Amino acid sequence: MVEIRWHSRAGQGAVTGAKGLGSVVATTGKQVQAYALYGSAKRGAAMNAYNRIDDEPITNQETKMFPDYVFVIDPALAFTDDITKNDKPDTQYIITTHFSKDELIAQIPALQDKADRVHVVDCMQISLDTIGRAMPNTPILGAFMKVSKMYDLDFFLENMKKVLSKFPQKIIDANMEAITRAYNEVK
Amino acid sequence: MAKEFDLNEVEVWDGNYAASQALRQAQIDVVAAYPITPSTPIVEGYGSYVANGYVDGEFVMVESEHGAMSGCVGAAASGGRVATATSSQGFALMVEVLYQASGMRLPIVLTVVNRALASPLNVRGDHSDMYLGRDSGWIQIDAFNPQEAYDLTLCAFRMGEHLDVRLPVMVHQDGFTTSHKAQNVTPLKDEVAYAFVGDYVPVNDMLDFSRPVTHGAQTEEDWHYEHKAKQHKALMDSRTVIDEVFADFKALTGREYKRVESYLMDDAEVAIVVLGSSVETAVLAAKQLREEEGIKAGVVSPRCFRPFPYDLVRDALDIPTLKAVSCLDKSAPGGAMGALFNEVSAAVYTTKARPMMTNYIYGLGGRDFAVDEAKRIFKEQKAHADAGHITTDIQQFSGLRGPKLGFFQTRRD
Repeated sequence: MVEIRWHSRAGQGAVTGAKGLGSVVATTGKQVQAYALYGSAKRGAAMNAYNRIDDEPITNQETKMFPDYVFVIDPALAFTDDITKNDKPDTQYIITTHFSKDELIAQIPALQDKADRVHVVDCMQISLDTIGRAMPNTPILGAFMKVSKMYDLDFFLENMKKVLSKFPQKIIDANMEAITRAYNEVK
Repeated sequence: MAKEFDLNEVEVWDGNYAASQALRQAQIDVVAAYPITPSTPIVEGYGSYVANGYVDGEFVMVESEHGAMSGCVGAAASGGRVATATSSQGFALMVEVLYQASGMRLPIVLTVVNRALASPLNVRGDHSDMYLGRDSGWIQIDAFNPQEAYDLTLCAFRMGEHLDVRLPVMVHQDGFTTSHKAQNVTPLKDEVAYAFVGDYVPVNDMLDFSRPVTHGAQTEEDWHYEHKAKQHKALMDSRTVIDEVFADFKALTGREYKRVESYLMDDAEVAIVVLGSSVETAVLAAKQLREEEGIKAGVVSPRCFRPFPYDLVRDALDIPTLKAVSCLDKSAPGGAMGALFNEVSAAVYTTKARPMMTNYIYGLGGRDFAVDEAKRIFKEQKAHADAGHITTDIQQFSGLRGPKLGFFQTRRD
């Protein structure tokens, strides 16, 4: 079982990203869950989304999890959310930030004994450059492919295209570029 | 002619989307609906299928849930296949008309995404609305995950519309936990799903002008009682039809449903009886406890909440090794023991095994039901089994913050 917790703001596409990841993973015969903790949350409010991935049917319907990966897709939430909550000794962190890894860790005490498990990538700048607005949900998945080695980049891109097929070609192309850049730039 | 929807063999759908796709495939004549969280996406999805040519029927926008169910009653009495969706306060506003629908023997399908009732206002999942419907004369079927929400919505039309039944059917799923959680769902092709549901057969339809009928007539002490008795008999007798529909669905898909689901019960010493998505979490806890501590834990769930499967609940819990059973109610009991506890205890009273019965209230307003909490409840049952008597209060609140809350003890004098 692989468990992923997303830290996001409502409107940044964490739910879409979690469902997109789930859809890609499901094409390989695996079982997935994609869900979020929200309700009356307004755009901009801090929220969590979640993925579970397993070879067997997933019956755990508990919301809380002990994540293998934590995605922080809004830069400020690395400072204000409890991003290390319920973590494990091998939990990997993929954090959107314009800081270098050393600069970021120096400012967040909770990450200071986990430096070898922290990965940084500027999904905000990448999505501004490629998609044209701050939409960090798809690039973070490119960084995740690099860190987790779950799938080849090409395989992931091909399947993400299908997930995004209802969008205009221009937007699909921009997302592919964003995912590729994040894959190459995550440190 | 409605367009065919392009579906993959395996989709990643949440419970709402799964239910809306099943409604689309059933080719309903009239959906009258008023959206409410967390079932809104069912209505929204269905509206888009109508607008985009995937459904030939009518979508009627109404001013309230009372209007929605009233529209459904009118359309069903006229002779069409009818369905709608609701939750919580919307369900509460429908209640008056729910009784009319069942009394008029109209096989409407209502997909209910279970949510707490105010006050305090809360949009999250508990079973308050499901329990509010339990005396309304509807068949109530409970889905534990998105695949089941899809499957059981298709099955619901077959059950309610069967000529020996002709009763409305609710298909329940848990708000957010199921309705907003995407999981792998294997849908049927449109033509296969429709062939399973079948063409709608009108009975006493008002649009048959060659044979005028009256619906919703008034009866006082002369006939009301006989009508209600016939209605109750129809609901009790629907058990065999429900079993037939489940058998046909298994033959078609390989997916098996029973009016009472039992997990790991063959040699169980302790059991949890629970409804909805918590069933899956409780089964996971039981498996882990068996591996980790050798506690023989099992889970039972009345998939069919109405008609209440008194017979099969009794069978499921008449296990010689069974010592202690806890019934978990996800609805504020309002000054009583939980309804599931009361109904299951009444069935268990007629068994030889006569296990010790306790009641937990849990998960109100969407409070998370944890695997660890299910394990803790199993371990309390194990303590009762080892001691030979109930060692806690008979009714307790699980996962409550603040001081423990419990009521009533076993008399041991």
